Amino acid sequence: MKKILSVLIICLLSACASKTTQPTSESEDRTMGGGGMGAGAQEGMRAGGGGGGGGFGMDPLRDPSNILSQRSIYFDFDNYTIKNEYRDLVLAHARYLRDNSNSKVLIQGNTDERGSREYNLALGQRRADSVKNAMLLSGARDHQIESVSLGEEKPRAAGRDESSWAENRRADILYQGEY
Amino acid sequence: MQNYLHRASFYALILFLSMVHAPLNAALNIEIYGGGATRIPIAIVPFSAESRLPQSVTTIVTADLGRTGLFKLVDSLGHTPHEPEEIVYADWQNRGASALVIGNTAMLPDGRIEVRFRLMDVARQVQLTGFTSTVSADQLRAVAHRIADIIYEALTGDMGVFSTRIAYVLKQGNKYALQVADSDGHNAQSVIEYTEPIISPAWSPDGSKLAYVSFENKKPVVYVQELLTRNRKAVANFKGSNSAPAWSPDGSKLAVVLTMQGGSQIFLINADGSGVQRLTQSSGIDTEPSFSPDGRSIIFTSDRGGSPQIYRVAITGNQAGTAERLTFEGSYNVSPRFSPDGKSFAYIHRHGGKFNVAVQDFARRQVQILTDSKFDESPSFAPNGKMILYATEIGGRGILSAVSSDGQTKQRLTSQAGDIREPVWGPLLKSQRTSKFIN
Repeated sequence: MKKILSVLIICLLSACASKTTQPTSESEDRTMGGGGMGAGAQEGMRAGGGGGGGGFGMDPLRDPSNILSQRSIYFDFDNYTIKNEYRDLVLAHARYLRDNSNSKVLIQGNTDERGSREYNLALGQRRADSVKNAMLLSGARDHQIESVSLGEEKPRAAGRDESSWAENRRADILYQGEY
Repeated sequence: MQNYLHRASFYALILFLSMVHAPLNAALNIEIYGGGATRIPIAIVPFSAESRLPQSVTTIVTADLGRTGLFKLVDSLGHTPHEPEEIVYADWQNRGASALVIGNTAMLPDGRIEVRFRLMDVARQVQLTGFTSTVSADQLRAVAHRIADIIYEALTGDMGVFSTRIAYVLKQGNKYALQVADSDGHNAQSVIEYTEPIISPAWSPDGSKLAYVSFENKKPVVYVQELLTRNRKAVANFKGSNSAPAWSPDGSKLAVVLTMQGGSQIFLINADGSGVQRLTQSSGIDTEPSFSPDGRSIIFTSDRGGSPQIYRVAITGNQAGTAERLTFEGSYNVSPRFSPDGKSFAYIHRHGGKFNVAVQDFARRQVQILTDSKFDESPSFAPNGKMILYATEIGGRGILSAVSSDGQTKQRLTSQAGDIREPVWGPLLKSQRTSKFIN
């Protein structure tokens, strides 16, 4: 039951990610209103993947064939909902945390460079929080997760074009010992 | 509303200035453009024996006054009075000067330097003010700024801010330095240097400390650092992100943004980091607090209405009242800062894809956009309220700029290398002055 609920929630969250904005020099500013939730609740009910796979003797967190080695969740412009394509990834990490109660993660939210640094810090926090909340609903515990923001301060891509900005609209999952 | 022809000539002037002003060292160079219509004509005679000093006092005074755009510098060539009895007033009247600055410097046997100056009213042929001060060689710049402050105050009636300091973050390669410099950009010194970002520096009201946000621990943490001792302390290092420090006017508290209770919300803490109390309660983002000069309210950025806008709340004790929305024009208004007199606030307003410095007054709610560049950020008022310091971007790197609060005069502060961001103007200090007025 709990599992179904968590899948549902993630689907609900992802339902809001359908906006496809083409940004110019706009900043990531508009917030998600309350409306729009629920429209996509019926689609994509199946949560795939999981934390079980991977080669024997290999740390599943580092095994390239294991979904747990994937650590980045990308977001649409001006948006902090988890897209469908990242549901499995988030679920896998949530289950790993549930099954490994001594494990802890730091989730770092990031934004592109346009706009106020402090406001972008808050927007990056929203992305990190949205990953954290999805994990909590899938069995991870609060004390295992710290969600923080790096705002626009640590861009992975240095360019000033849409592909760089898209790369920087991201949340990263780092396990203890990796940061 | 904007005169584009005027703008064009204006940028031509910038281009010209940037060509003739090749920076010789890492110190900030300041370029001025614009300027009010009615400028005070002033002649500044080089002080006696200045050539023996390590630093010309009158050069600094002249540059300080020139930057304001409020003065017209009258040529003093051929006339070198240093004492009131040597002044031929008719000469200065013919040159159009209404104010005249004269002075002396003398090297004392102990290596210190005595500086005397007088400000004369040419029309009335009387002394307006003057002082004498004995200082060590490394205080010459400070004395010159002090003289410029006295002249500015005597002639404009406003407080001079040449003796104040500014702070900003300098990024060079992957290094970040929090620097403090004189208001003219000289004497830049790093308070702290890191390979991780630093943002949001904030001066304590007494000018002795800086609060700032450092990412050295892989997340934002608020530190307070003493400038004299360089001692520093993490004052907000809670679970989640910690940012946007703002000092209360009495220096006893900081407003900070914490995410430990979910979302980005504004909290009050004591300046030593103790006593955390939540101030705002919203489901959206509340950030970038700025205290009113009387400490009774704060303005901040919030997206509770669907887009980032500026709000004000009254504070009683540690409790916030109901927030009142202040900005309505446009969908992106951020980074508010109270003016020193509490009557208006500066902020960043986005319109037509540009991010510009704007000012809004509380009484009439009138908005004035002061700049015309593409990416401006972090506006902060000079302590006399006459100028606003901000960061802008030219050629992909951040530079410091200042605009008069009426939008009339702009100055650009540039440095040879690096990317400057997050500037903030320091407070006016009632410093101990080893000078006395002379008649």
